[in-house]
Amino acid sequence: MALLDIDNLHAKIDGEHGKEILKGLSLKVNPGEVHAIMGPNGSGKSTLSYILAGKEDYEVTDGTVTLDGEDLLEMEIDERAAKGVFLAFQYPVEVPGVATMTFLRASLNAQRKKRGEAEVSTPDFLRLVKDKAAHLGINQDMLRRGVNVGFSGGEKKRAEILQMAILEPKLCVLDETDSGLDIDALKVVSEGVNALRSPDRAMIVITHYQRLLNHIVPDFVHVMNKGRIVRSGGKELALELEANGYAEYQQDAA
Amino acid sequence: MPAVQETVDQVRSLDVDQYKYGFFTEIETEKAPKGLSEDTVRFISAKKNEPEWMLEWRLEAFRRWLTMREPDWARVSYPPIDYQDLYYYSAPKRPSELSIDDIDPEILATYEKLGIPLRERDALLGIASGGTKVAVDAVFDSVSVATTFKEELSKAGVIFMPISEAVREYPELVKKYLGSVVPVTDNYFATLNSAVFSDGSFVYVPKGVRCPMELSTYFRINERNTGQFERTLIIADEGAYVSYLEGCTAPMRDENQLHAAVVELVALDDAEIKYSTVQNWYPGDKDGKGGIFNFVTKRGDCRGDRSKISWTQVETGSAITWKYPSCILRGDNSQGEFYSIAISNGRQQVDSGTKMIHLGKNTSSRIISKGIAAGYSDNTYRGLVTAHRKATGARNFTNCDSLLIGDKCGAHTVPYIESKNSSAQFEHEATTSKISDDQLFYCRQRGLDPEEATALIVNGFVKDVLQQLPMEFAVEAQKLIAVSLEGSVG
Repeated sequence: MALLDIDNLHAKIDGEHGKEILKGLSLKVNPGEVHAIMGPNGSGKSTLSYILAGKEDYEVTDGTVTLDGEDLLEMEIDERAAKGVFLAFQYPVEVPGVATMTFLRASLNAQRKKRGEAEVSTPDFLRLVKDKAAHLGINQDMLRRGVNVGFSGGEKKRAEILQMAILEPKLCVLDETDSGLDIDALKVVSEGVNALRSPDRAMIVITHYQRLLNHIVPDFVHVMNKGRIVRSGGKELALELEANGYAEYQQDAA
Repeated sequence: MPAVQETVDQVRSLDVDQYKYGFFTEIETEKAPKGLSEDTVRFISAKKNEPEWMLEWRLEAFRRWLTMREPDWARVSYPPIDYQDLYYYSAPKRPSELSIDDIDPEILATYEKLGIPLRERDALLGIASGGTKVAVDAVFDSVSVATTFKEELSKAGVIFMPISEAVREYPELVKKYLGSVVPVTDNYFATLNSAVFSDGSFVYVPKGVRCPMELSTYFRINERNTGQFERTLIIADEGAYVSYLEGCTAPMRDENQLHAAVVELVALDDAEIKYSTVQNWYPGDKDGKGGIFNFVTKRGDCRGDRSKISWTQVETGSAITWKYPSCILRGDNSQGEFYSIAISNGRQQVDSGTKMIHLGKNTSSRIISKGIAAGYSDNTYRGLVTAHRKATGARNFTNCDSLLIGDKCGAHTVPYIESKNSSAQFEHEATTSKISDDQLFYCRQRGLDPEEATALIVNGFVKDVLQQLPMEFAVEAQKLIAVSLEGSVG
């Protein structure tokens, strides 16, 4: 059974005259696989990530999404998180006054509680954070600061990956994690992501650019346009897109 | 923020609208006849065995009160209060001044329910489990029922006792300082209090003494239709230091109850007073029925040079809050501070803030106010910062932040700034923000449910002020914040 099974998904922006954004999208993701989703602006890539996470601004009008065979669309946002869905935000949100450390711990314990697991002990937690943070070049000062407050673009993305490493999700959705990163930061972030690749964890990597996929090498590449997947292939498809652009797909779909 | 988890557990364990301290204790009481007249004032004074001068003081206040009008400038609205339909004195029948064992067991049980040990040996058990020692004065309706650690304090020379006892035992001190910060004629509610106050705490810390433990008073209104008018007077003599905590709760009732307290602080040369309040009076139900009308006058006088007074308050209860803990910076180089968290939910109305009155040279003050409005509530910060003509070098920094939860509530900021000295420097910063859907989504995506997420965001918002509270109070306040915001996210 696929970890994530999206079948004929239609979704529109919530509201009476909400525009339809996803128009029959289907995708199967198995444990251990890394899927890249590429496509032009406005093709619905970010919307897909929000719908998987459960953001309330969208209405699913048709189709199904299951996670481990369970109906994902029926679950609350935090329930999905506890079941292992993690979204690395394109624009991570600031939470002033709440130390990153506090946020990490509250998140981890909230998820553990929902799964019926005991809370993590303070020494275990500190060890865990210290270890994971070091790999991402995150220092104590950053951990003490408010969540994403005053972080540079690169720091925000590294902090997202740290959260991912601590929460150990089953399904990681990375929404344009490469945006706003310089070459060096891109490398650190990619290494962080690669360290989390494992046979029982799947990833969906959303990006405009081939550049990221040189570092996070995908098993599959999908091209999205106008709300559906218009072509799928192996990692070489990304190179082809880099060379030729999205023009031909936009014409096809028109 | 280790208490987040506890906060959340506590939120979960409560049903919407459930006020934890809303129980009523069945005890026999002795009351003054309903209504207010010179006879009521004489009755109270006689009950307290007061000397003639005290009675005269009260009567003068009462006569003055008859000529005054209830103030209406605050941004609160409530039905007219019928001052003749209230009891002004209610006391548990059994004698309570003899020893702790003579206190009605029901009252002891009440304070235990509130988490306040009145037996010293119980309080000492708290030390074994890591808490610090706190001396408590417990005021039940109109009288003080117990004061703990009195002996230990008196060894250090600190006087901590019900004010009704202080009037008899230390008349010179009381005469000298009572009404010297909040004059009898100050305002409608303070004048009423001066006429009918029944009990409260008296603290005197002698020269050069650092009070060996935190002092605290827990106020409890129990009886129906009874107003509570307590009076607190704290004096820190030259070079003395004291930290004082105040907590308040009341039963849930359909009718409104009146609370009009006066607190006076006096700090002489080089003295410091830190006064913290966690106000959790019953706020009324979700439709605005019932709840305490809280009209309080709190003022500190930095009378001596280099003295310091610091107010920290966490306001979560009351249907109406009308309260402006202030500092008169009279001594040169004196300092005043005001740190406030005011939370309103349901139909609560809060009009609160502070006054910093700079009279002396090089005086400085700092105001950090965090207002949080949820539900249908209104939350107003009203502040006054003034520099007198002679207040050369006066400085003030004010920061007022408001946070809105939902779109039916209101936050208002009304700062008054006046300077009559050209060397004064006053700074004012203010922000209003909303808990955004994006913040909630972000937190929930990490596994926090809506209430956990709101508690976390709000705790972050008020962090600067929570840090000013004594440790145990900070944890309690943090829990209280979560409970107060219960049901505020849909």
